[in-house]
Amino acid sequence: MTLLSVKDLSVSLKGRDVLRDVTFDIGPGEFVGLIGPNGAGKTTLMRAALGLLPFTGTCSLAALSENARARQAAWMPQAREIAWPVTVETVVTLGRTPHLKSIQNPADHDRKAVDTALDRMELGGMRHRDATQLSGGEQARVLIARALAQETPLLLADEPIAGLDPAHQISTMQTFAALARSGKSSLVSLHDLGLAARHCTRLILLGGKGLVADGPPQDVLTSRRLADVFGVTAWFQETPSGMVFQLLDTLS
Amino acid sequence: MTRLAIILCVLVVGLFFGSLLIGPAEIGITDSLSALFVDDGGAMTLVMREIRLPRALLALMIGASLGLAGAAMQGYLRNPLAEPGLIGVSGSAAFGAVLAIHTGVAASFALALPFSALAGALCGVFLIMALAGSRGTSLTLILAGIAVSALAAALTSLVLNLSPNPFAASEIVFWMMGSLADRSMTHVWLAAPFMAVGFALLGGLGRGLDALTLGEDSAQAMGIGLTRLRLMLVLGTACVVGAGTAVAGAIGFVGLVVPHLLRPLVGAHPSRLLWASALGGAAMVLTADIAVRVVLPSRDLKLGVLTALVGAPLFLHLILKLRRERI
Repeated sequence: MTLLSVKDLSVSLKGRDVLRDVTFDIGPGEFVGLIGPNGAGKTTLMRAALGLLPFTGTCSLAALSENARARQAAWMPQAREIAWPVTVETVVTLGRTPHLKSIQNPADHDRKAVDTALDRMELGGMRHRDATQLSGGEQARVLIARALAQETPLLLADEPIAGLDPAHQISTMQTFAALARSGKSSLVSLHDLGLAARHCTRLILLGGKGLVADGPPQDVLTSRRLADVFGVTAWFQETPSGMVFQLLDTLS
Repeated sequence: MTRLAIILCVLVVGLFFGSLLIGPAEIGITDSLSALFVDDGGAMTLVMREIRLPRALLALMIGASLGLAGAAMQGYLRNPLAEPGLIGVSGSAAFGAVLAIHTGVAASFALALPFSALAGALCGVFLIMALAGSRGTSLTLILAGIAVSALAAALTSLVLNLSPNPFAASEIVFWMMGSLADRSMTHVWLAAPFMAVGFALLGGLGRGLDALTLGEDSAQAMGIGLTRLRLMLVLGTACVVGAGTAVAGAIGFVGLVVPHLLRPLVGAHPSRLLWASALGGAAMVLTADIAVRVVLPSRDLKLGVLTALVGAPLFLHLILKLRRERI
């Protein structure tokens, strides 16, 4: 059973090819890191897969109706927008939108989903605070909790850990890994290759408008690909405490 | 939350009766209410049923319309400075009315003016839908709205410019200030069906507007159909604002100030703000319409002038408060 099946997906924006013939499947229990340099098409790939952008090719998610898709996949965009000074709890409750007629009267299991999501992102103590008054990193955690509260089999997040402090970067990655162990899957775009190598079960590397590599982190992150796609050198080694990855220099 | 609902409801009901009881024909409370409900065949029933009742009803309906449309528009655009006039419907409705006054059609039969205004509003809606398209972002809607408003304002100025005599010009200017004086039950019945449709359309937006708090992408991924939402918003606003402008002229600032004022009291939830704003708008217009009768009873102070006079300083105060909070 696959949660997301993308086949020959291509996107052109204003006549310019952004992505060409991307094909991959995501099954249950995977934590997939989407990596690639700026402008490689990570955001475009995720938005097209969700049906938020016109594309050619096929995608199982985009083919669903709006409401069915919202029950299948949650999406956390890169732009962290919270327009009104609502409480943290309200923002997270918005994640229940696909399951509710109105967010004004959530049922007990909706409240439970919200509580679980708040606990996962360590936001219990902030639930009654005004979300627009929080720091950028705290807002990011609130929005991740919002996506978690949607309780979908699949979660797509665009740079969720950007701007988080080190401890919360790690705990957020561990949250996604824990979701994978419970059978849910996530597709998460990342720039921190060290965290990606250590926590993801699989990496998809984008570069030059298409898919360059797809597989377990140690297979995808080779010296050659780092040089070709990112223009950097790195040191990495399998250690008793997991994979350790350190960027060293740029190739100019 | 329920406390706010009760307070607003009591306020609106109280003001509605206040509006029925206050006027130049000084009739006692019991006399006026009994004349309203029991036809005494005399002048008192005529005053109550044909003058005061339509006036109070229109204030209630138009106030609720402006408040509701303002809250919906601010929620959709995620901007506290948005207002119902933004999509150009009130401007084009006013142009339709002005054209009717200018050409003399307005004098030909009783409802010629509101009908002409409704036709103007309809043209405005078609124009804005053609410009903004069915797909597109909130930015295209704002731009299209500005274009339509500017065009309607320019055409209105042109009509004023070419006005054959100063009387027609002053009639146009006075009409544009907005008023509820001398309206009849016919006006109520003309506006009511449009407003009912508009209320139904706008009232159904709550869930989508709540989701839009997190941006268009997030809302869409949470299962909200943005194309449908936008269509409902534009048509709903056009119905309530077009009908309101057609019977009462342009009444500004209500749709801008009321949602802003009530937002902190509903925890900033866009869906809760919809009904709170409708009640608040009704209260504000009822109050303003009572005030124009009490403050300068002999001078026919225009309702739109008063709402702007009260609304602008109130709005400035809110901006200053916001500025203090942000520092």
